[in-house]
Amino acid sequence: MATMATESGGLTALPAPSGRAGLLGTLRSEFTKIRSVRSTYWTMLVLLVVGIGLGALITGVAAARWNQMGIAERATFNPTRNSLVGLYFGQFVIVVLGTLTITSEYSTGMIRTSLTAMPRRGIMYVSKAAVFTVLALLIGLITSFAAFFLGQALLASTHDTTTLSGPNVLRAVIGGGLFIAVCGLFAYGIGAILRHTAGAISTAIGLLFVLPIVVNFLPASWSNDILRWLPSEGGLAIWNTRQVPHEFTAWGEFGVFLAYTAAILIAGFILFRKRDA
Amino acid sequence: MIEVRGLTKRYGEKVAVDDLSFSVEPGKVTGFLGPNGAGKTTTMRVILGLDYPNRGTVTVKGKQYRELDKPMREVGALLDAKAVHGGRSAYNHLLCLAQTNNIPRRRIDEVLSLVGLTEVAKKRSKGFSLGMGQRLGIAGALLGDPSVLMFDEPVNGLDPEGIRWIRNLMKTLAAEGRTVFVSSHLMSEMENTADHLVVIGRGKLIADCTVSEFIAQNSTETVRVRTPQIDVLAKAVAAGGGTATSNGDGSLLVQGLSPERVGDIAFDSGVRLHELAPARASLEQAFMELTADSIEYQASAGQDGQGQAGPGAAAPVQQGSGGKQQVRAGEVG
Repeated sequence: MATMATESGGLTALPAPSGRAGLLGTLRSEFTKIRSVRSTYWTMLVLLVVGIGLGALITGVAAARWNQMGIAERATFNPTRNSLVGLYFGQFVIVVLGTLTITSEYSTGMIRTSLTAMPRRGIMYVSKAAVFTVLALLIGLITSFAAFFLGQALLASTHDTTTLSGPNVLRAVIGGGLFIAVCGLFAYGIGAILRHTAGAISTAIGLLFVLPIVVNFLPASWSNDILRWLPSEGGLAIWNTRQVPHEFTAWGEFGVFLAYTAAILIAGFILFRKRDA
Repeated sequence: MIEVRGLTKRYGEKVAVDDLSFSVEPGKVTGFLGPNGAGKTTTMRVILGLDYPNRGTVTVKGKQYRELDKPMREVGALLDAKAVHGGRSAYNHLLCLAQTNNIPRRRIDEVLSLVGLTEVAKKRSKGFSLGMGQRLGIAGALLGDPSVLMFDEPVNGLDPEGIRWIRNLMKTLAAEGRTVFVSSHLMSEMENTADHLVVIGRGKLIADCTVSEFIAQNSTETVRVRTPQIDVLAKAVAAGGGTATSNGDGSLLVQGLSPERVGDIAFDSGVRLHELAPARASLEQAFMELTADSIEYQASAGQDGQGQAGPGAAAPVQQGSGGKQQVRAGEVG
């Protein structure tokens, strides 16, 4: 170390404190936190690549073999859904970022410093979630719109493309962004409950990805009744232009997903405030 | 100023802090001393609102920590140099702390310069040495120009230069009228820094006094005398109210009498002295004697075959009961 002061000289006096540390400062602090670590940029980059790239791959392949496709296959082809398919995998990426937003505080020990600076925990919990939501929604919307337009461009030769003014299309493309944001918040809440990165990511993926697979193995008479109540189906419906049989409407399904997410976030909020840090 | 009243904190079945009360006054360095596992860190965590007490109250400047309007402007704490996100640069670490309390950015540059981290401010703290990590933690503690400072084992892992720097810093901060509360498991560290001591063992208060009182009360004053007339002197000392034990090398160790008194007794009994030296137990030893029975984790066997004491063997030694037992555990520190 080059220089060491031996007394607290060199410090200029701070203005007398006024007011109370609150939401605004904590929001700024949480934004600084999320923008100042590399994992944020990596996960967002991966989300863009996966979210846009997979849709491009699927629509590109569809366009290439369009002439071999039969009437029935063409009839069920959904240009919106196919261009957005990367979002399905994008959910895992945002689950990682949502989890890390809170669990990295625990894995690094930063939580002790953070809560010393801002001991009103509810404010910190909400600020963290808010900053993350804005970021996730933004990157989700960018991914969704980019994937949609790129997919339609790649499908141009098939003359089976759609536009944002097509039936349910705008809702589906915006829904893609909402889906990404809510998946991330779902994971954030689980992260707050479990306080452990790997555990929270596995749990979130288990609930969003593995659970519907398990339910699909049940007899159809059961799974038809259960699936529409799962958080995963709720998330997937909002970026689908078509109604899935046995399920609620897109907004109804999304409401189910939101309800689960809200319940988890509230549980996380209570535990975040009550437990020893 | 920090007030701890009747604090009890349990983790499951384990009682970490047991009905602890003390206060920390401004304008001096108060050492918080105890063996590893005595409950020092737990107490500090409760003061900072990180852990909730099972019983009792803790206030800083008359308020619960979480009720402070701008906590960083009142209290600066270094709990653990590793309590940072290693992927974040030193500057951004301090920035995200400063923003919560509306502390202006220029202050970040100032504290970085004060602790000597300006050149590595943009580097991720993952690559920092332990000493640099401690400095970053101290920079964070000083950000809000707080009147109360708390440091948990701040010199751990520091080189001698760093230790000296922290000592001077703590003294300077106290001289500026701030409350400085610093924990350590090393008596020698406090001997050079602290004005006041709060000593705990197994979560209970053992002593709360000034450093000089602590020495006076807890180190038995021994006088070493060498004389060709050992037997005569031993009798005279015993008659005078002291205890004399032969040291085996032709000298006597006298306890319970001042050096002046021993000299007078020798003169009165016509005993010729070749040496008369006060030998006061070091503060370190006093501390070890006081806390020997309250050490949570006794080594099962010392390397040199020292005796072992079961963890539940004895009740904590009360303050002022004298430190006459042999030190049984050599593993303090």
